Amino acid sequence: MSSDPSLVILNAVLFWTLSLGVVSTALLVVVNKNPVGSALSLVATMVLSSMLMIQMGAFFLGVVQVLVYAGAVMVLFLFIIMLLDLRQESSRPISIFGAPIGVVLVGSLGYAIFQVARQFAVGRDVTALSLPEGSDDVRLLGLELFSEHAATVIIVGFLLLVAMVGVIVLCHQPKSESKSGEAK
Amino acid sequence: MSPAKIGVKIGRGKVITLGHYIAVSGLLFCIGLLGVLIRRSVLIIYMCLELMLTAAALAFVAFSRFNGCIDGQVMVLFIITVAAAEVAVGLGIIVAWFRLQRETDVEGMKHLRF
Repeated sequence: MSSDPSLVILNAVLFWTLSLGVVSTALLVVVNKNPVGSALSLVATMVLSSMLMIQMGAFFLGVVQVLVYAGAVMVLFLFIIMLLDLRQESSRPISIFGAPIGVVLVGSLGYAIFQVARQFAVGRDVTALSLPEGSDDVRLLGLELFSEHAATVIIVGFLLLVAMVGVIVLCHQPKSESKSGEAK
Repeated sequence: MSPAKIGVKIGRGKVITLGHYIAVSGLLFCIGLLGVLIRRSVLIIYMCLELMLTAAALAFVAFSRFNGCIDGQVMVLFIITVAAAEVAVGLGIIVAWFRLQRETDVEGMKHLRF
């Protein structure tokens, strides 16, 4: 546990601010009627959660989270929203059938997770713990990734290749079909 | 249980324990699941899936920090990669579906029923 009380309080202030931001922007993603607004709230959620990761000492992952999610994935989302021109959604954005089931399921799951979290709320400040073997997390990640998990890296690379080919197969149209699709 | 008592003595709101991070990540996961279950637009459902994946990543990072072991962060790297692949394929399916049906409503997706 950190002996410096001002550091503990600083950590606490950072944590509460960031987590409040994460949760409120996540709620905005769900309740927003406009898909563009949802996507922008999701960008905010990703950036704030990457800040939480950086606060926990995962500097490289925080940067990767911003680059990949806020940079690439969300641009893809916005691109699709603009491409399909989904400005106006249907008048009933919430499913009547799904809402009661969703609320009951999520309520019980949330209660269970809360109970588990209470078990782990022992009095150690996570951010004051020593970092795993020094603070050089990029070097550690690289060593671990390419020695212990080398086979997994190859499998994940293959997965990305399959995904890329799959998307091309899904969205590719022969010339004649695409013309009739555009005329519609 | 002596560390817990120390934590209570210092003050519940001040020391940020592993439980706090698990609670935030669980809350994020619940919000994402709620969105998947109650929203009708398939794009919003995909965004909520991303929320759930982020929640899992947050929990992994917290446990990695707590245990002083880098394996959790390696797992998060794989989660991010799989999420990127999943988004690419999912959005491809959405575009192909939109070409057929001119809508992105999940309640209209009844063509794959047996």
